[in-house]
Amino acid sequence: MANGNGSDTVSCTIDGREVTVPKGARIIEACEQLGIGIVHYCYHPALSAPAMCRMCLVEVEGAPKLQPACVTPVQDGSVIRTDTEDAEEARKGVLEFYLVNHPLDCPICDASGECKLQDYVFQEGRAHGRSVEAKAVLGQDDFGGDVIYDGDRCIMCTRCTRFMREVADDERLCVVQRGSRSVIDTFFEEGLDGSPFASNVIDICPVGALLSKDFLHKARAWDLDRTPSVCPNCSQGCNITLDTRDNLVQRLKPRHNPDVNSYWMCDYGRYRYEWMNRGAVAVPKAKGSSAEVAEGNRGAVTLGGGSAGTRLEAPMVRRDGVLESATWKEAVTALVERLGALDGGISVVGSPYHGNEGNGLLKRLQAVLGGDKALYRSPRAEDEVTLPGFEKLTRRRDLSANGRGLETLGFARVGADDGSGGLTDPGTALVVLGDPLVDQDPGFGDGAELVVYLGTVESPALTSADFVLPITSYAEQEGTFTNFEGRVQRFWPALNAPPMARPAWQVLGVVLAGLDDGAAPASAGDAFLRIAELYEPFSGLSYPHIGTRGALLNEPVRVTAGEEA
Amino acid sequence: MAYPYTHEREVRVMSRGFGDPATRTLAGWKELGGYEALEQALGMSPDDVTEEVKASGLRGRGGAGFPTGVKWGFMPKEKKGPHYMLINADESEPGAFKDRELMRWTPHQVIEGAMIAAHAIRAQDVYIYIRGEFFEVAQIMGRAVEEAYAAGIAGKNAMGSGVDIDVTMHLGAGAYICGEETALMNSLEGRRGQPRIKPPFPAASGVFAQPTTINNVETVTSVPHIIKNGGAWYRQWGTEKSPGTKMFNVSGHVARRGNYELPLGFPMDELIYDVCGGIRDGRELKAVIPGGSSVPILTAEEVEGLASDYESVAEAGSLLGTASIIVMDDRTNMVTQVRRMVEFYAHESCGQCTPCREGTSWLVKILRRIEAGEGTADDIDTLRGVSRNVTGTTICVLSDSAAVPVMSWLEKFPEDVERLVPRRPQVPAGATAGLVEGQGE
Repeated sequence: MANGNGSDTVSCTIDGREVTVPKGARIIEACEQLGIGIVHYCYHPALSAPAMCRMCLVEVEGAPKLQPACVTPVQDGSVIRTDTEDAEEARKGVLEFYLVNHPLDCPICDASGECKLQDYVFQEGRAHGRSVEAKAVLGQDDFGGDVIYDGDRCIMCTRCTRFMREVADDERLCVVQRGSRSVIDTFFEEGLDGSPFASNVIDICPVGALLSKDFLHKARAWDLDRTPSVCPNCSQGCNITLDTRDNLVQRLKPRHNPDVNSYWMCDYGRYRYEWMNRGAVAVPKAKGSSAEVAEGNRGAVTLGGGSAGTRLEAPMVRRDGVLESATWKEAVTALVERLGALDGGISVVGSPYHGNEGNGLLKRLQAVLGGDKALYRSPRAEDEVTLPGFEKLTRRRDLSANGRGLETLGFARVGADDGSGGLTDPGTALVVLGDPLVDQDPGFGDGAELVVYLGTVESPALTSADFVLPITSYAEQEGTFTNFEGRVQRFWPALNAPPMARPAWQVLGVVLAGLDDGAAPASAGDAFLRIAELYEPFSGLSYPHIGTRGALLNEPVRVTAGEEA
Repeated sequence: MAYPYTHEREVRVMSRGFGDPATRTLAGWKELGGYEALEQALGMSPDDVTEEVKASGLRGRGGAGFPTGVKWGFMPKEKKGPHYMLINADESEPGAFKDRELMRWTPHQVIEGAMIAAHAIRAQDVYIYIRGEFFEVAQIMGRAVEEAYAAGIAGKNAMGSGVDIDVTMHLGAGAYICGEETALMNSLEGRRGQPRIKPPFPAASGVFAQPTTINNVETVTSVPHIIKNGGAWYRQWGTEKSPGTKMFNVSGHVARRGNYELPLGFPMDELIYDVCGGIRDGRELKAVIPGGSSVPILTAEEVEGLASDYESVAEAGSLLGTASIIVMDDRTNMVTQVRRMVEFYAHESCGQCTPCREGTSWLVKILRRIEAGEGTADDIDTLRGVSRNVTGTTICVLSDSAAVPVMSWLEKFPEDVERLVPRRPQVPAGATAGLVEGQGE
């Protein structure tokens, strides 16, 4: 063990194990370093610590009473115990207090299954509560925005008020009344309405006091699959999880990444997920399934590739003027043949809602066949929205995930700020990836010799397409986005794609192999390695190096212990 | 006989103006030698003032009894930014009414003492934080502050000394917890009145994150007399460790309730039977709370021969606190008494720490049930358990104070407990179902 003699570190013993931490570190941080779990409610690493939940009390040798681990700095040579009878009794006592007035309505509470009160009481609470008194009733409140409040469940940790004050810099929540009559409340009528980061208070609420109206009673926490991903709704690339059930995305939750979004994400990104569910594979409906919800939202959202599109289910090849379904083998064979016969090169249209792999191989296809037009469109907001307490997190102007990636691969952005226009001449041969060209009139590309469309949904504009090939959406495949500052970040498949849909990198990889340009990649990781070979800014990067936290383009990558390898 | 009641055994140092409205005015106060001590102190160095108070052995009158001079000594000697002197006039503890009287009758005495204290800690500002319900007090104090400014006593170049000391009054909004020093600071800053975590201590970072000293009204009121007459003079009263005179505010079932200024160490039974005229209606003494509702209750036997200084009362198992003595006769229903006190604490809990927020209101619910005759033997164990769990587990000591009357009631008045919560015969679980052999009926 390293000694703590250096001027900027201190050493202490916790539960008999020695640990060295930076000077000023708090006991709770030292415990974390040792992997000792300290139960806590009010403490959150990104907020100030008021030491008021009184859950993290530990014994410090020499101190007259138990000390709150969340605020007490580690003193050099101090001996700390978290597992003594006094500390355990204190925690048990506090947990019992929490339940004196808590309604224990877990069966109808959305937080059930991801509730810290449930967890801790189960872990170390008393088996039987001693309170026989009537419980206090404080009632519910609509906080505006997406947030509703249940005062009965609230444990008054004040994480939400501190988030709004310290991080959002928009003090719209406060504690009113005092003592056991305290509740959280808003000022005036608008409440949280219009505060761009307000929904983070739902995430940091350790119990079911703050709930999302959008997610209300949609799914039980234990029924959700949580897939690490990247928010596709702007070029910030906030790390998120896609929480899915019944093959539908039910909600987005931020995932901690100190380099990108800390613990937060904006409401703009958080509530734009229904498009991912469009055309999702139908599964037998479970009781209370939200399939109807997703159905109702079909076409309601224009982001991520057009509106009103029906999901493509099978490869289609035009034979004798008629678009007919085909097997993938037939389609790819025919496509390779047609592309090989081309003379004048190809124009390509990429999509910033698809990963680097598919777009990169599309650009490669152009490099092999010739042609100079490589375009993409993306919507842009009028301004940026910055989170004052973590300024790096900004809802960027660029409202697509992979604009920087496409620029890096050699695509040029065209069109207006609503993501339309800019495409006038389809050229002699056109290959479109992911963009259903909803703004174009039917008949776009009629004059072209060859039109190939790889997409998730039908494109009403490409009536003359010779090949219509179903690909998977970003939520259905593994891949990477490159965010505004050139950070390449991985996402993982959260949904099942329609059975015949394939990732774009796979389709294009096979086509390229057919054109004698290397071997077809066997995986998304392979495809990425191919991109890294082909495009200098990506060189040196690979999936294992990117890991769960991302890596900057052209940045020497360090693999640190503990990260995914 | 002036002022509601006085007694010949009193030593009226601070309270000599009580009952005479003239002392409320600047002129009247000057007639009694007012502001001479301030003028003298402003001519001394801050450290000399502190030394004199240290020599007097004056102890904080807000309840804790910490030596005042020592507390002042914690302030930085070098002034890097503003220093603040806060006067805690948020007197709200059940039973306490000494500061109210000091401010009501001798507002200039309070201002004088506060300014001397401010000079001692090199503060340019005095804030007098007055309890929200003290409307009359606030008016009287406000007039006195205005007079002091008009006469050039407070403000820039106080009394021509070249020292600037501003005096500002601040009215609370009626929360007991704002009498806790760090909650008072939060309240003064415009935040929620909730106690802060210590450290940092006020002398390092107090109100507005600057070095701050906070003293009780009675504490600073004693100071002018010490400066004028010297620390040794002050020690002629009281004991070695508890010197000087103290306001004893007696309420409850005595014949003459009121404020009496007596030397510390004055026998408590004589205070009750002689100074206050004994238990009213010729009843018997049952219990005494010697220092405000947050200290343990003493029984009649424990009070016998007890000297009322900090050490002796502590030895008897209670605390002198603010010397706010509540006397209870033999008709007192202790559970009602205890329930009302705990109710007060539950009502006044700021709600920040879980044990206090939930625990105090839980205690009230149990006590109400017992009072209504619906208590069970389990309730006694629960009361003990809850009291233990709210003690020492929170940021401030409000919940500790709520547990104190409960614990002392259970411990010292078992016959009360027995009467209200009859011990039922213990029946083993399952006995009534014939599963185990029961000894119950």
